[in-house]
Amino acid sequence: MEFEAVIGLEVHAQLATESKIFCACSTKFGASPNENTCPVCTGMPGVLPVLNRKAVEYTVRTALATSCKVQRRSVFARKNYFYPDLPKAYQISQYELPVALGGHVDIELDGGTKRIGITRIHMEEDAGKLVHEGEFAGAQASLADLNRCSVPLMEIVSEPDLRTPEEGGAYLRRLRDILVYLEVCDGNMEEGSFRCDANVSVRPKGQKEFGTKAELKNMNSFRNVEKALEYEIRRQIEVIEDGGRVVQETRLWDAGAGVTVAMRRKEEAHDYRYFPDPDLLPLIVEDAWIEDLRKTIPELPAEKVARLAARYGIPKYDAGILASARALADFFEASVAHYAGSPKTTANECVHWKDAILAGRLSPETIAHAVEDRETGAISATASKKLVELVLETGKPIRTLRDEKGLTQLSDTSALDAIVDKVVAASPKEVESYRNGKAGLLSFFVGQVMKESRGKANPKVVQEVLRKKLGDGGPS
Amino acid sequence: MENVPVHQWSLLEAARRVREKEISSRELTKALLARIEVLNPKINAYITVLPERAMAQAAACDEELARGAPRGPLHGVPVGLKDIFCIRGVRTTCGSRILHNFDPPYDAAVTTKVLAAGAVLLGKQNMDEFAMGSSTETSHFGVTRNPWDLSRIPGGSSGGTAAAVSAAMCFAGVGTDTGGSIRQPASLCGVVGVKPTYGRVSRYGMVAFASSLDQGGPITRTVADSARMLSVIAGYDRRDSTSVDLPVPDYLAAVDKPVKGLRVGLPREYFEGDGLDPAVRAAVEKALKALTDQGATPVEVSLPHTSFALSAYYLIAPAEASSNLARYDGVRYGYRSEGASGLIEMMSKTRAEGFGAEVKRRIMIGTYALSAGYYEAFYGKAQKVRTLIRGDFAKAFGKADVLLTPTAPTPAFRIGEKTDDPLTMYLSDIFTIPCNLAGIPGLSVPCGLSASGLPIGAQLLSDHFREETLFTAAGAIERAVPVPRVAPLTG
Repeated sequence: MEFEAVIGLEVHAQLATESKIFCACSTKFGASPNENTCPVCTGMPGVLPVLNRKAVEYTVRTALATSCKVQRRSVFARKNYFYPDLPKAYQISQYELPVALGGHVDIELDGGTKRIGITRIHMEEDAGKLVHEGEFAGAQASLADLNRCSVPLMEIVSEPDLRTPEEGGAYLRRLRDILVYLEVCDGNMEEGSFRCDANVSVRPKGQKEFGTKAELKNMNSFRNVEKALEYEIRRQIEVIEDGGRVVQETRLWDAGAGVTVAMRRKEEAHDYRYFPDPDLLPLIVEDAWIEDLRKTIPELPAEKVARLAARYGIPKYDAGILASARALADFFEASVAHYAGSPKTTANECVHWKDAILAGRLSPETIAHAVEDRETGAISATASKKLVELVLETGKPIRTLRDEKGLTQLSDTSALDAIVDKVVAASPKEVESYRNGKAGLLSFFVGQVMKESRGKANPKVVQEVLRKKLGDGGPS
Repeated sequence: MENVPVHQWSLLEAARRVREKEISSRELTKALLARIEVLNPKINAYITVLPERAMAQAAACDEELARGAPRGPLHGVPVGLKDIFCIRGVRTTCGSRILHNFDPPYDAAVTTKVLAAGAVLLGKQNMDEFAMGSSTETSHFGVTRNPWDLSRIPGGSSGGTAAAVSAAMCFAGVGTDTGGSIRQPASLCGVVGVKPTYGRVSRYGMVAFASSLDQGGPITRTVADSARMLSVIAGYDRRDSTSVDLPVPDYLAAVDKPVKGLRVGLPREYFEGDGLDPAVRAAVEKALKALTDQGATPVEVSLPHTSFALSAYYLIAPAEASSNLARYDGVRYGYRSEGASGLIEMMSKTRAEGFGAEVKRRIMIGTYALSAGYYEAFYGKAQKVRTLIRGDFAKAFGKADVLLTPTAPTPAFRIGEKTDDPLTMYLSDIFTIPCNLAGIPGLSVPCGLSASGLPIGAQLLSDHFREETLFTAAGAIERAVPVPRVAPLTG
């Protein structure tokens, strides 16, 4: 029997706000333990949450960028459970009435484009973290770091539209790119600012009904998500083929062992006793606000790739690399605006110097000048590379460096005439052989001229001048 | 007035005398501390008294006044706070063992406002544990006694505050009211208590019981004093998302306004049934007469869903409480059970040992009401009742400007009388609870004494943010029905 997998992904993205979702504490990663805390996020008696407007803004922008319907009224609810990293003993989240519903993201596959539905997007606060080591007052202790408590998260839940691990990976990458483009999330999976859980089930191909699903957790890279999905799909198929039944449960991905491990069964699931948080009013997002935010949605990755390829005539592959970072694409376009020439060359340069560009160490003018000087023949490809390196070293303008270092090529035919005449006069035998048909000797003359010009002559122009003076070679 | 002992002055009188330098804040504070020292062992109105802090504050007030820089309308006047309002560095217990050693790292909004107005803080007043109770008997720190009869309860949960005000152990106090916790003890102790409109006073720093119902408000000996206190503590606070951004009117000016033409509604349902003590009925009728004598018009109104209020309240309040009180787990602050061998055991033992019986009862009710499969039948249904009750009041306020009802069905009962019967205890709040469910303001003003000399209060209710109407009507009752405001303390 042939099986197919049904996969839905739940992404938790940390919103890139300066402060936490319900208090003014910093969200900065890497502070010393409990440095970024206050009475509100440590759940002191009597404190109250106040919603961070920026967090709403970021979530609404994400909703708009994924074609979701932003809900005019949404409600924060309390998810109640006891754990030492959760100081209020409840997490403020959105439950029945999330801020956005019903959108989609298009992914690129070998066979074309596939549309993946988005069920909902909601906001919630993160919990703290426990360090299960150390000693306190002579006893074994777990230590709680509440810096992450109340850091704003956005949960994006996909429809069960994904069928393969590759589709899952493509969806996650595309979603991550969108969030990074919107500047609402830094997209860092390893640091945990972009996390993913997966719901996976399998069914015989052609069957409409879903099989029993397992929820996978603890996958901290795109590659791990794909590997965990592959493993889990294979595991479920084997269970069924062996005559068994898949049980509804939560499973953890063990990246070291490359397997998923059962964590808890459905009947062990918590009753979170959700109810609307009476400390927060329903969130009202007015149409006017949505329209203002719509204006801030930049061109998104898919549109950008298509436009760059069409407008500049560069391959889709190159456009894809340029569009992988909004700043890189912007840099490319700024460079082309300075010097149009052949955008393909500019694109190559941008790809080559990607890291330095994204680090903000090069200006579009530098690349534009480098490309222009190469295309006009003022410098060689080698000199161009050398000059950009020098710009990175010294910070001086590229053309100043070009002149200082004397890296200009001699392309002026009148200046080259004298050198060519000298070389021709000095090599009568070779001239004769050349004229008698040894066409290969042209490179000998070019070499001599380059030598005489101490490398500055433009080899292309030198060839032209030589041909004019010596003919094309062969019997005259 | 010269013959009236210092402690018996009204809040306004004390504030005027300090401002006019007839008495220093230190003298005033010293007099009150001396009175607390004598009376508190008998009445147990304060959990924590702050003599050094209060005297230092009084000295600062005197110095500021000498410089011609009074802070505000309460400058130099000693007041108390229910032990539910956080004061930075001052133990805040909420009447519970689980917070018996908790020093908050921050000030409540009410604390900040009272201090900014220049008040001197005498201490933290006793209360039912986490404000759950109608008698102060659930306090971990022992029952507060009613100054009018020491064998009786003062009401609750703000019983310590009402008793302290009634026994002149402070010039005013701030309590909290979730289902009647300001008005019922005010009624039972013969003082004035106001539960403002939900959203009028910031809840920031007020330890939560039931967030959608809790509201802080004044307890004082006169209507004018309550008006003054409310104008100090009311106002928008961006730290409380449920606080409302409306200007604070001059409540004091409302007290002396004539009631001529005021439509006084008498909700039929509040006077039916046999739970109402005849003495209470008679006293409320006297209050009505006082109003009509001054030109107010009585109108009959109906609040048809009143009989469902108590049930709805005892689902909503415990549900919210079960979540609000979950943070007391022994991990970060407060009481922690020693000797537990693991996390779950530590949390369970901490809560089992740290909470009293009534609090546990309500946590269990609330947890049940929110459980999967029961939510709609209990919490969901209760919310619908709440909407209906709100609608009842909206309709009634189309006909009447203010409603007049009894505050509590009976005068103060004896200590221990109802502790074994929670349902009877819950009925003490039957007239006060609908007001919290609707979010409207309510006030209790003394309107007579029972045959055995126990105070009785009349409750006034008005529409959202119409506290001024309450003060106008209460002022008229106060002028016409004089009741002694300082307990005789003969019991």
